[in-house]
Amino acid sequence: MNAKALFLALAPFPAQAQGFANLGTSIEGYALPQPGTAFTFPQDHGAHPAFRIEWWYVTANLTGPDGTPYGLQWTLFRSALAPDSAPTSQVWMAHAAVTTPDAHHVAERLARGGPGQAGVTADPFEAWIDEWRLMGDNLETATLSAQGPDWGYDMTLTAQGPIVLQGDQGYSVKSEDGQASHYYSQPFFAVTGTLHLPDGDIPVTGNAWLDREWSSQPLADRQTGWDWFSLSFASGEKLMAFRLRADEGAPFTAATWIAPDGTPTPFPTGAFTATPGDTTTVADREIPTEWRVQLPDRALDATVTALNPQAWMETSVPYWEGPVTVTGSHEGTGYLEMTGY
Amino acid sequence: MTRAGLHALLSHWRRHPLQLFTLLAGLALATALWSGVQAINTEARASYAQAADTLGEGRLTRLLPPEGATIPEATWVALRRAGWLASPLVEGRLGPARLLGIDPLTTPVQTGPIEEADTADLQAFLAPQGALLGREDTLAALPDTGATPIPSPDAAPGTVLTDITTAQRLLGLDGFTSLLLAPDQPRRQTPLAQVAPTLRLQPPDQSTDPAALTDSFHLNITAFGLLSFAVGLFIVHGAVGLAFEQRRPTVRTLRALGMPLRALIALMALELALLALLAGALGLLLGYLIAAALLPDVAGTLRGLYGAEVAGTLTFRPLWALSGLAIALAGTAVAAASALRRLATTPLLAGGTRRAGARWAARRARTQGLVGAALLLLSLALGLWGGGLVGGFATLGTLMIGGALLLPLLLDRVLALGQHLARNPLPQWIWADARSELPGLSLALMALLLAMAANVGVSTMVSSFRQTFTGFLDQRLAPELYVGVSTPAQAEALLAALPGTVRALPIASVDRPLAGLPAEVQILRDDPTYRENWRFLSAAPDPWDQLAAGQGVLVNEQLARRAGLAVGDPLAVTDALTLPILGIYGDYGNAVGQAILTEPLFRDAFPEVVPLSFGLRLPPADVPALAESLTTDLGLDPARVVNQSNLKAISLGIFERTFAVTAALNVLTLAVAGFALLMSLLTLASIRLPQLAPVWALGTRRATLGRLELLRAVGLSALTALAALPLGLALAWVLLAVVNVEAFGWRLPMFLFPLDWLRLLALALLAAALAALWPAIRLARVPPSLLLKVFSDER
Repeated sequence: MNAKALFLALAPFPAQAQGFANLGTSIEGYALPQPGTAFTFPQDHGAHPAFRIEWWYVTANLTGPDGTPYGLQWTLFRSALAPDSAPTSQVWMAHAAVTTPDAHHVAERLARGGPGQAGVTADPFEAWIDEWRLMGDNLETATLSAQGPDWGYDMTLTAQGPIVLQGDQGYSVKSEDGQASHYYSQPFFAVTGTLHLPDGDIPVTGNAWLDREWSSQPLADRQTGWDWFSLSFASGEKLMAFRLRADEGAPFTAATWIAPDGTPTPFPTGAFTATPGDTTTVADREIPTEWRVQLPDRALDATVTALNPQAWMETSVPYWEGPVTVTGSHEGTGYLEMTGY
Repeated sequence: MTRAGLHALLSHWRRHPLQLFTLLAGLALATALWSGVQAINTEARASYAQAADTLGEGRLTRLLPPEGATIPEATWVALRRAGWLASPLVEGRLGPARLLGIDPLTTPVQTGPIEEADTADLQAFLAPQGALLGREDTLAALPDTGATPIPSPDAAPGTVLTDITTAQRLLGLDGFTSLLLAPDQPRRQTPLAQVAPTLRLQPPDQSTDPAALTDSFHLNITAFGLLSFAVGLFIVHGAVGLAFEQRRPTVRTLRALGMPLRALIALMALELALLALLAGALGLLLGYLIAAALLPDVAGTLRGLYGAEVAGTLTFRPLWALSGLAIALAGTAVAAASALRRLATTPLLAGGTRRAGARWAARRARTQGLVGAALLLLSLALGLWGGGLVGGFATLGTLMIGGALLLPLLLDRVLALGQHLARNPLPQWIWADARSELPGLSLALMALLLAMAANVGVSTMVSSFRQTFTGFLDQRLAPELYVGVSTPAQAEALLAALPGTVRALPIASVDRPLAGLPAEVQILRDDPTYRENWRFLSAAPDPWDQLAAGQGVLVNEQLARRAGLAVGDPLAVTDALTLPILGIYGDYGNAVGQAILTEPLFRDAFPEVVPLSFGLRLPPADVPALAESLTTDLGLDPARVVNQSNLKAISLGIFERTFAVTAALNVLTLAVAGFALLMSLLTLASIRLPQLAPVWALGTRRATLGRLELLRAVGLSALTALAALPLGLALAWVLLAVVNVEAFGWRLPMFLFPLDWLRLLALALLAAALAALWPAIRLARVPPSLLLKVFSDER
C-alpha cells in the first residue's frame, strides 16, 4: 500500500503544489479555530475530532555521558476523513526519529481509528500508536517510547515549568488572510532515559518540548511550506518562531518569546526574521541547514546550525527535522523543522 | 557496383518466387510459433507477478488462527500494541472472484493497484460503503455489493482488492483470516505466546508461489516452441542452401566482373537480413494471433491445474516483439551460416556438379549419423541417471536431435539395401535415384520425423494420462451425490434429515505441512465405498483394516515421492501423532501432498474441524428426488448439491483444457513439417530434369515418371514415419516417467494406442502424397522439348 498517496490526501502537512500535503483543501463541515477560546486541561490534552487535523509533537535535545549531543522526535498526527467526529473516521500517523551527529534513524506508523490501534485519551493521558506511546498524569510527568528495527528510546519527562499558550492566548494566526490554529506548548520538560542505538544503549539527559496544535486549515492556498524553530537558550529563555513561505511575496512569520518563568510574549509577522545560509544536498534537494535568526526586540541575532544536516524524515510526507545548536547573541540548542522543500 | 550486384542478386527471387515464398513462410512460421509461445509465457508470468504483488504470499510470514477460526480484531490490536507489525487480511470468494481485504494503512505489501489509484479512490477505499479494485472484466462479473467499483488494469486477474471492513461486510465475517508480518519487525516485542497464544506462525514458503509451480508447464510449452522453431529453421536452411547453389553462376559472373568476395558476402548477408526482418514481422503478427487464440486455454489450464489466475487477454509488449525479431535474425544467420561459408571458401570456378554434391552429402550423412548415435547414447544415460526437470528436458532434447541426425544415414542404408535386392534396371534406378535425392530431402524428412515423433509421444502421454485419470475418477467419485453446507448446525440438520438408507461420508481436510512440505490431512470414514473402489500404487497387507484401527495413514504419490517415503515409513501427522504409512495412492491433478487419517483419529487430532461436505451413497435412481428435497426442504444452496456425473464432467473438462494447448501446438508443428516437405519437393522438382531426361529418353513415359515421383515421396515418408514411431514412444516414456514425475509428482502408467499410430501414419502418407502431387503432375506434363533441351544444355 502506498501510504504516501493516502497521506498526501489526508495528512496534516502542507504539500508541494497546493499547500504541503493538502493542508489548503476544503474544510466544509469541520470546526474552525475561534479567537478567545479558553483551554481546559486535561481535556484539551486529548483529541479534538471536530477539527480536521491535530498533532502531539515532542522533540528533545539530549546529551550522552561523554557530552555527545543527540536529538529525538516523537510525533502523532490525527487526520479526519469525515467531519462526523467518529473514531472510524480518523486516520493516525506517527513519526519517530533519533538523530546523532552522524546518523539519523526514522520510523513511521499508520493506523485507522476505531479498533484501538492508535488514539489519545485525556485523563489519564495516553497518546499511542502500536507500541509507541506518550503517557503520564496530566502531562506533569510522562513516559515516552518508540522504536524501529534496530533502534529505539525510553524516556521519562518531568515538567519544570507551566504550559505556554502560543499566539493570542493559544490562537495562533498562520497567514495574513486569517488562517489559524489552536496551539499550546510545554517547553519545560526535563528528560532522562535511554537511547537504544544499533551500537548499544546510551543513557541520556536533556530537555524536551511538547507542541500541541489542532486546526482544520492552517495554511493559505498559496503557502508552500514552513521553517519552524523551537530554541532553548542558556539564559533559561526560549523562543518558538516560524516562517511560512508563499509562492510570492514575503514569508509570514510569527514568534513567541518565553521567559524562564513561562510568561509568553507573542510577536506579529515581520518582527522575527530567519535568513537561510549554507545549504546541504539532502535526498536530492538543496536544504538550508544553517540559518541566521533575528528578533531585534530581544536583541537576538544568532546562527542556528544543524547537528546532523542529513536529518531527513523519509516518511510518507518527507521533510527535514533535527536538533540544532545556537551561537551568536544567544547560545543554546533546539529543534528545526523544514517542510515543503 | 554494389547497387548492380544487389540488383543481380535480388533478381534471383523475382525468377524464383516459390523459393522466396518458402524462405519467408518458413521463417515466418518458425518465428510465429516461437514468439506465440513466448507471448503466452510472458503474459502468464506478468499475471503471477501481479498476483504476488497483491498477496505477498510465499514471501511474508503469516500468523494463522486455529483451524476453522478467525483472528479477532482485539487480538490484532493487542499484537500491534505489543510491537508486532502485523497487518490483517480477509480472504474469501465473492461470486467468481477472489476477494482480498487488506488494511492499506499497515499492509507491508506493495500493491500496484493502490499505489496508482488517485486520492479520491483512496478516500472511497476507506469510506463506509467501500470500494472494490480489480480488472474491469473481474468487476463486471461481481454481484451487486453497494461498494464503488474502481477499474484497475494492474490488478491481478480474478482478484478484487478492498478494505478489510468492506471484505468483512461482504463475506459476513468477523475478525481476520490471517495476519501478514512485515519483514522488518521492531527490536523489542512481547513474545507471541503471551500476546496471542492461539495463533501460529507460518513461515514464508516458496512452494506456494504459483510461478514456481507452473514453471514445469511453461517449460513444456517452451520446449514445443523451440521444436517448432527448429523445424522452421530446417525449412529456411533448405531454402537458403538451394538459393545459394542456384546462384552460383550469378556469383561467378559478378566476381568475374570485379566484385570483391567480401562485398558480395556482405550483400548476400544484407539481403538475408532484410528478408529475415520481413519474415520476422509477419511471424510476429502470426504469433500474436496464435497466442491470442491459445491464451484462454492456457489460462484455463493454469487455473485448473495450479489455481494460478492468468488473464485471458493478451497485452502487446514491445520487448516481446523485439526479441521475436532478434530470434528471426539469429535463426536466419544460423541457417545461412554454412551456405555463406561455402560461398567464401569454394574456388571461384568450381562447378557445383550434382555428383560432387552427393558425395559431400554422403560424407556429411555419415558424420551426422555418428553424432546422432552419440546423442542417443547420451540421452539414454541422462534418462537413466540424470535428475530433475532440467535433466528430463535434456533427455528429451538429446533424444529428438539424435534421432533426427541419425535419420538420413538410416534411410540411405535402407535404400541401399533395396537397390541391392532389386533385379531389374528400372527398379534399380528407382532405388538409386531415391538415394541420390536423399540429401536434398533429408532436412524436410528430419523435420517430418521430429514432428511425427513429437506427435506420437505427446498423444501417447495425453491418452495415457486420460485413461489413468478417468479410471481414477471412477475410483474416487464413487458417491452418487455431493453436498456442502456452510455451518456445523446445517451439517447436523442435513445428517438428521437423510433417510436411513443413505450413507453419508464426511469430507474435510486441514492444510498443514507434512514431512516439511505443503500438504493437507484428510478425513476418511471406514466404508465399503473406499474398500471396493480405491486402488493403491503400493500398500501393506490389509491397509483398510489397519487404517480403520488407527494403526497408520495413507499418503498420496506426490507426498511419497517428494518426501521419499515408502510403505512402512513413519509420518508425523501432528506434533503428537506419528503413524506408519499403510499405502500410497494415486492422486492425479492435486498439486500438494496429502495424508488420510481414519475418522476417529482425525476428529481427535483436529477437534475444531467440523466436516461441512459429504459424499452420499444411495441407489442411483433416488438421486434426483433426494437432491430436490435437500434444496427445497433443507434450503441448501443448489450449487452445493452436485451429482457425481456432473462432478466427473467438470473434472474431465479441466483435464481436457489442460492439454488443449499441447494438442494445438502439436498440430501446428506437424503442419509446419508438412509444409517443409512440400517446399523441398517443389524446389527439387525444378532441378531434377537432368536426372529424368535420360530415363525418359530410354523409353519410360512421362506419366510413369510422375507416378514414380509420387511413389518415392510417399515411400520416403513412410520410412520416416516408421522411424518416428520408436522415437515417439521413447519420447512418451521420458514424458511419463521422467518429466511428469519431476513436474507434477506423479508417474503415469504408459498405455499404447496402435490405432492412433495408424491414423498418424495415414496422415503422414497423405501429407507426403499431397506434397508430391503437384511436382509429380508438373513432371507428367513437362513438354518433351524441355526434356530434350537437357541434352543440349548439359553443363
